Amino acid sequence: MSRQALAELFSRCRAENRAALLPYMTAGLPDPEGSVRLFVAMAEAGADGFEVGIPYADPLMDGPVIQAAGDRALAAGSGVEVALDILEQVVAETGRPSVVMTYVNPVLRMGPEVFAQRLSQAGASGAIIADLPVDEALPFASALDRHGMGLVLFVAPTTTEARLENVVQASPPFVYGVAELGVTGERDMASSHIGSLVARVRKHSEVPVVAGVGIATPDQARSAAAAADGVIVGSALVRRVMEADTVDAAEDALRVAVGELADAIRRD
Amino acid sequence: MRLDRPDNQGRFAEYGGQFAPETLMPALEELETEFAKAWDDPGFHNELNKLLADFVGRPTPVYRAERLSDQLGIDLYLKREDLAHTGAHKINNTMGQALLTKRMGKNRVIAETGAGQHGVATATACALLGQECVVYMGEKDIERQALNVQRMRMLGTEVRPVTSGAGTLKDAVSAAMRDWVATVDTTHYIIGSVVGPHPFPWMVRELQKVIGEELQEQMDGSQRPHPDVIVACVGGGSNAMGIFYPYVGSDVRLVGVEAAGYGLETGEHGASLVAGSPGVIHGSMTYLLQDVQGQILEAHSISAGLDYPGVGPEHAYFKDRQLVEYTSITDEEAVEAVNLLASVEGIIPALETAHALAWIAKEADSLRGQTVALNLSGRGDKDVQQIIDLVDADE
Repeated sequence: MSRQALAELFSRCRAENRAALLPYMTAGLPDPEGSVRLFVAMAEAGADGFEVGIPYADPLMDGPVIQAAGDRALAAGSGVEVALDILEQVVAETGRPSVVMTYVNPVLRMGPEVFAQRLSQAGASGAIIADLPVDEALPFASALDRHGMGLVLFVAPTTTEARLENVVQASPPFVYGVAELGVTGERDMASSHIGSLVARVRKHSEVPVVAGVGIATPDQARSAAAAADGVIVGSALVRRVMEADTVDAAEDALRVAVGELADAIRRD
Repeated sequence: MRLDRPDNQGRFAEYGGQFAPETLMPALEELETEFAKAWDDPGFHNELNKLLADFVGRPTPVYRAERLSDQLGIDLYLKREDLAHTGAHKINNTMGQALLTKRMGKNRVIAETGAGQHGVATATACALLGQECVVYMGEKDIERQALNVQRMRMLGTEVRPVTSGAGTLKDAVSAAMRDWVATVDTTHYIIGSVVGPHPFPWMVRELQKVIGEELQEQMDGSQRPHPDVIVACVGGGSNAMGIFYPYVGSDVRLVGVEAAGYGLETGEHGASLVAGSPGVIHGSMTYLLQDVQGQILEAHSISAGLDYPGVGPEHAYFKDRQLVEYTSITDEEAVEAVNLLASVEGIIPALETAHALAWIAKEADSLRGQTVALNLSGRGDKDVQQIIDLVDADE
């Protein structure tokens, strides 16, 4: 898998008149063995690709659900190494293009070049680094690029026009459109920002825009999918896993939730 | 050499920078521009200096510790930041940032606090300027610094307990940043130390360097001798930066004292510079305590203000270039130093500050005959209950 696999996914989804569904799940939840099964269940229910979350002790962009999930995964023995193993198995078993979601310090600790090598060996298509703005991105983007992958960059409702141009010029595999101010987590209302974020990016480029942050329900996913090329749902799915008593129960809950989301992102 | 300003990436050579979520980046850019404008504006300095003189009580005195000097065999001077309004140097920074908040047209302020001194100083500035204020504080710190929690509440500030992690300063900074990501349109984050993404480390240093600039006048060789050595405690590092910065690159020996907690060998400490390694914490490249996979470790210190696994990036720059020496002092040594200053000089210092004094007492033999200036960064009233509990537990 590579950056190319993501590009093919987005063009296939455009042809099918739908957005891509890219669920986020913390790697190693509820435990390293059960974790792969959860991703497989989501793929069977209609997930097009994944954000595989490397659990991190200080996740600045994450709300309480993903914070708690990270703590639990770390306590169950997960971490960077375990997450990369899980990613490799997920890509091998599902064939779905996947990116890792991480914070910058674990990447620095490994070194961007080694990190990119390891991701490439695991079959990843790229990486999302939540605390890495375009200004600091170059060494990380170059390393991923050398291995045929890409660094996802963010555009937020607060992003200025000058910053947006820098993001687009860095040619990320997709732009993460931050649908809500604030950290990850479920919201009551659908985002009002996605339409304008996509339109602002489109003025400069055809790069896919994937909406995330605050998208939890099928209605919210439908609303985001009307404009965006892809939709990320994280906390709502992670919460279901955190609430489940067994891996079987978590699989069942995810199949239902992902199935509903997959229906919702068809534009017809 | 010391740098007047970080480079255009916000770096002190390899340290600093802006490792922040995109949502915050425009606000950081605006803050840099607005602070630079204000700092070039004599009107801003007039307004700030008037408040620092009339409201804060600057310049703070320099006092020669007569009996302790005799006892230790050194010539010891105390820069009395504990006599600044609210009882610590933190107010120098919060007055400046609260005025800046007003200039930026924002009316809500958030802050983090560990020992509560920055929280109280922020609450005070906000009460003075009529700004809404929310302070994030770890639940463990709320317990051990109860006096400061009550003070913040009396000043009209909402104190929000943080239960994540160990419930200490690191978690409070993270919680404040999460608030800011959601409220950045209306809210300014008054960070309490020379930490965080650019422009915070630079801005807080500029607002704190008044301590060292005053000392240069007060210990100018005429009324008092020039210092041979200046000593300050280092958590995030704002009081140390404030007193050191004007002297960096001079022939004055500068010593920063971190928290060794239960002892460096136990792994339970807050000595990021002495025992940590470079990485990114809270938006900035600096020294931090981390494991082999890059997970940030919990710090430990008896002093809530030093109980932090990171440190300001400019200190990391000073360390690598050997412009400042960094060392550490244990919990036990710090508590002894509180009692020493209280009984010999009639001053109860903060537990944070006591780390710096403990180093001086420990090194008295090697410092014999030298003129030593200690940044007495805060008063210790807030710690009295914690020390009583410790003594009770020992008995």
